[in-house]
Amino acid sequence: MPVRVGIPRYLAYFSYYPWWKTFFEELGFEVITSSPTTKKTLDDGVEEAVNDACIPIKLYHGHVVELKDKVDIIFVPRLVKVRKFFTETFCPKFLALPDLLRASINGLPEILDTRVDLSQGPLELFRISREVGERFGVGLSRISRAYLLACKALRRYKKLMQGGMLADEALQHMEKGGDINRDKKRDLTIAVLGYPYLIYDSFINLDIVKKLRKMGADVVTAEMVSPRSLLREAKRLPKQMFWHYSNRAMHAAYYYMNRKRVDGLIHVTAFICGPDAMLDRLMEIEARQYGQMPFLTVSIDEETGSGGVDTRLEAFIDMLKRRRVQR
Amino acid sequence: MKLTFPHMGYSYVAFKALINELGYEAVVPPEPSKRTMDLGVRYSPEFACIPFKVLMGTFLETIEMGAEMAISSGGVGPCRAGYYGVMHKKILNELGYDFDILIFEPPQSNYLDFIKKLNRVKPRGMSWRVFIQLIKKNYRKLEAIDQIEYLMYRIMPYEINKGDTYRAFKKALNMLDEARTKEEIEDALWEGRKIIARIPQDRSRNPLKIGIVGEIYVVLEPAVNFYIQRTLGEMGVYTDRSIWLTSYTQKNVIVEGRIGEHDIHQMAHPYLNELIGGHGINSIGETVIYANQGYDGMIQLAPFSCLPEIMAKGIMPRVSREVGIPVLTIFIDEQTAAAGVITRLEAFLDLLKRRREQKAQEACNA
Ligand code: SF4
Ligand code: SF4
Repeated sequence: MPVRVGIPRYLAYFSYYPWWKTFFEELGFEVITSSPTTKKTLDDGVEEAVNDACIPIKLYHGHVVELKDKVDIIFVPRLVKVRKFFTETFCPKFLALPDLLRASINGLPEILDTRVDLSQGPLELFRISREVGERFGVGLSRISRAYLLACKALRRYKKLMQGGMLADEALQHMEKGGDINRDKKRDLTIAVLGYPYLIYDSFINLDIVKKLRKMGADVVTAEMVSPRSLLREAKRLPKQMFWHYSNRAMHAAYYYMNRKRVDGLIHVTAFICGPDAMLDRLMEIEARQYGQMPFLTVSIDEETGSGGVDTRLEAFIDMLKRRRVQR
Repeated sequence: MKLTFPHMGYSYVAFKALINELGYEAVVPPEPSKRTMDLGVRYSPEFACIPFKVLMGTFLETIEMGAEMAISSGGVGPCRAGYYGVMHKKILNELGYDFDILIFEPPQSNYLDFIKKLNRVKPRGMSWRVFIQLIKKNYRKLEAIDQIEYLMYRIMPYEINKGDTYRAFKKALNMLDEARTKEEIEDALWEGRKIIARIPQDRSRNPLKIGIVGEIYVVLEPAVNFYIQRTLGEMGVYTDRSIWLTSYTQKNVIVEGRIGEHDIHQMAHPYLNELIGGHGINSIGETVIYANQGYDGMIQLAPFSCLPEIMAKGIMPRVSREVGIPVLTIFIDEQTAAAGVITRLEAFLDLLKRRREQKAQEACNA
């Protein structure tokens, strides 16, 4: 029986899943991904995780709980650096994630906590892949092939998102093919910014993106901007932040404020998120200073009722529409 | 120019001296109070950590007192402290203050920047040699302050008349405050140590021993941590903390047992295998070390929403189980009330006492 490797459908999943899945499958593993987030995931997570943690960390625990009895190993990469960019790394909670899981969940299978630090150069990713493959006794040629295919899959995924697809749309497209019915243009364009695991997980964000679309607004995200364009905005910050996803969100905010004016910015943030305490205020200040860009923060906690969020979104959209008419 | 700086325990004595001797006017920040907190909370993001909020309040208070610029430290992350400066500046600017914050990043990260900033505070006409001497001298003062504070907590649990040690400490601190030259500082330190060490003590006591770990600011600032070490000391508990501004203990005391930063990380590795910013990994590693040294319990002090310390707390139960030491985590934010903390401390002390008795019993029976 092939080794079953479990991939929690959360956190960095939304950024790298095609790579992981392709790689492990090409190595001959069976990949089992946890199911999309539900209330149960949240409940399990709240039960297991240290109670002072943010919801995303709790949700991740929930996904791990779902997988733990179904697989032989769970893949929880320790993301340290994915590019060489000032002092950028990840939120401390990402850095400690494998250790945290081990301390808080009983009866875990092996946690494959591959340390990913790509700041050393372009060959690093291959070196890491090789280490993982060899650990399971896979030959070099097969590893190389898996590596190349994985990189290709990720490139394709990113291209699709840059073309305007959301994460789930892009993943679906890659798996099932077919076209996403791109409907007609709407009146408003809103940039929805924040960490991928808040923007693209429709359970936890109460389906904000689809709701906005229904209300007549096109949604753009950080993933829809090419990395190069994002990097160009970096210099607007007096000092880069330390957290990869925060930098991306902030750079995207600058991009949508300056290069490709949108009608408004929405920042989706998790209750009690440390980096966001900084990021959110920064975005707010900058939105005000860059030509009065309308700005809304949607904060998500364990009990966010969709009622409250809906009214706020509607009010925001109404305001934008009025502004449009006035101009 | 009127310069200010963050308030951290008793270090203000040394910073004040340095700034004044450089020829500026030091605006000594008031000890963080309810008002500091209120001001800070009003203008800070809701989930900023408590050091950020207190510092925000301190800046606003010192601006009222006429401060034109603050000197503070930065960081390379990954925790928020390194981004404080940027945010404080942005927020203060939005409030309409033209207040500059000169942030010293660790010199290793950008040597040139460090020198440039030094050059900005170095008065024109003062030679680098004199400038560096002044810094060195006042660093020595800072070390001296750490030493007498350290001594205070060693003596406290044995004091016969409650409050004696603290009073002696204040006297010693005053002497250091008045010391001008290098020699005077050494004399004041010598005298101060003597005063503290000579208060009447009952050495037959066998106090509970508690190690204190956690985030640097809440560990170092008594006004924010409910004077925890003093409170415990006067309750007859022997406490030791791992963090000092000048790493006095790291060099002198812990190293006697040959324990340095590297070993602390080494100790943490089975439980936490990555640097996560702040003192996250230290909290884990030091807990192991304190346990090995026979301490009765640990207190982890952490700001609410503090990234590294939340992780450490999540991992702590495992550490506590495996090395056999009870850990009490106290999260601090603007709503934390002193009374609640004291109650929790008392309950914790009871638990530790019972454990000690149990152990003694077991030893007897064995
Ligand atoms: S960035 Fe925020 S939401 Fe994400 S893990 Fe860190 S604290 Fe949680
Ligand atoms: S260690 Fe904690 S309290 Fe200190 S800056 Fe970092 S997150 Fe804030």
